[in-house]
Amino acid sequence: MIFARGLVKRFGDFTAVDGIDLEVAPGEAFGFLGPNGAGKSSTMRMIGCVSVPTAGELRILGMDPVRDGTRIRARLGVCPQLDNLDPDLTVRENLTTYARYFGLSRAESRRRADELLEFVQLSDRAGGKVEPLSGGMKRRLTIARAMVNEPDVVLLDEPTTGLDPQARHLLWERLFRLKQRGTTLVLTTHYMDEAEQLCDRLVVMDGGRIVAEGSPRALIETYSTPEVLELRFPDGLDANPQYAARLEGVGKRVDPLPDRVLVYVEDGDVALAEVHRRGLTPSSALVRRSTLEDVFLHLTGRTLVD
Amino acid sequence: MVVARGSLHPTLAVLGRHLTLYRRLWQASVFSSFVLPVLFLLSIGIGVGGYVGTVQGVDYLSWIVPGVLASTAFQLAMGESTYSVLGDFKWVRAYHAMRATPVQPVDMVRGHLLYLIFRVEASVLAFLLVVVFFGGLHSPWALVTPLVCALLTAATAAPVMAFAARIDHDSYFAMLFRFVLIPSTLFAGVFFPVEQLTFGLRLLAYASPLWHAVELCRAATLGRSPAWPVPVHVGYLLLWAALGLFLAVRSFRRRLED
Repeated sequence: MIFARGLVKRFGDFTAVDGIDLEVAPGEAFGFLGPNGAGKSSTMRMIGCVSVPTAGELRILGMDPVRDGTRIRARLGVCPQLDNLDPDLTVRENLTTYARYFGLSRAESRRRADELLEFVQLSDRAGGKVEPLSGGMKRRLTIARAMVNEPDVVLLDEPTTGLDPQARHLLWERLFRLKQRGTTLVLTTHYMDEAEQLCDRLVVMDGGRIVAEGSPRALIETYSTPEVLELRFPDGLDANPQYAARLEGVGKRVDPLPDRVLVYVEDGDVALAEVHRRGLTPSSALVRRSTLEDVFLHLTGRTLVD
Repeated sequence: MVVARGSLHPTLAVLGRHLTLYRRLWQASVFSSFVLPVLFLLSIGIGVGGYVGTVQGVDYLSWIVPGVLASTAFQLAMGESTYSVLGDFKWVRAYHAMRATPVQPVDMVRGHLLYLIFRVEASVLAFLLVVVFFGGLHSPWALVTPLVCALLTAATAAPVMAFAARIDHDSYFAMLFRFVLIPSTLFAGVFFPVEQLTFGLRLLAYASPLWHAVELCRAATLGRSPAWPVPVHVGYLLLWAALGLFLAVRSFRRRLED
């Protein structure tokens, strides 16, 4: 569905996307994971045919986005990061108006609008204004709008950013159903749980490059350990690096954070026994499974990027 | 493939959005679109006209009818191409939404122009209907004034849309109104012949698309020939429309793509 080789996007001196290769198969849920400024949105804009690649090859649905942009867009569904619903139109009119942009007849537009409002559970708001809708409802409406042309690929740029947990779970459930229907999903996110929930395969981007690629499970196996031991010590924040030094060798890797020390291990309980054997007495100890977040922080570092 | 052959043209889909919005908001514009031009005509045409008597051989009311007609189209075309265009880029982001569909910048510009022509024609026809009862039309050529106003709308709205698509703050519109809209309305032959002006100011009137439309409308409603040959006036308006369209499409594309 999407194929890229050596894809580059530069804005003047700034290189947003620095030569990436990727391939998305039909029916796949593919994720771009990365901190702000990693190049995720720039890549999405190129896939959405609103940004011209500076260099490299990009094919979408077998077509060239520069030459066949209009034909490609007719088969894409786009859910942008910033809401761009029409606040002066009703909920249903937002869908019918958008359907008309794809050349659909009035009757067909109405039929699809009603069907999609049902799908995103907004039928009871059909005749109402957009403005009073909650953030989650607006995002669901935007997703319904992206579905109005029955797209082959749906692009979702940070679909659940800013939503409360209930709204996120409802949205994930709807997106999962889309995936089950065979729709190809391409999404960006900086939420690890979202990537684990939705993506069959993902790439981790940092500084415009792809730093890792694989299924969530494969990435965890490659870049982390099965379990993580989180230790907190009572003597204040500055002591953690010294504790980390004394924990050397307990696991594969030790990561002292200001508030706790993470030990990446095969077996958390075995490791904890070793910690006690070394005479260390953490005020709290937690054994948990490794997550994509551990992979992400390991690969992209802990420095805050804004 | 979803889009069937012979389906709705994207330009008309954009027009459809504007009309859907207008259906909800039209009451707000009734006064400025329909009532104000008539009030203007009555107060200046009859009030001032009583003192002035005749201008260029006709009563003053009949003389300013085509001027007010064209300036109504001019003001509406300019006013509706400023905040609403910038807003659809900056706040509503409706153009960004359209850009993700088969709608292209040229469709966005043409759809908006068609919508404005619709708005202008509604005002123009209502105005003409009132004027007929005051005996303000002196020739069947008055029937072409809606066409002239449509052309003026394109000649005015297209370059203003290009401007609105390039700026990032609405304070620029105050300058547009102060230095273009108001001077044009005052000095482009709407209320008095441009021959009254000094040569320098007269050149500015000639530069304004409004003057050319006023001349054409006046020639039509009074049944006489305009100041310059008709093809020159029409050509000048077409030039503004074509150049404006080109610039507007380019500005829209630049704002939406990189």
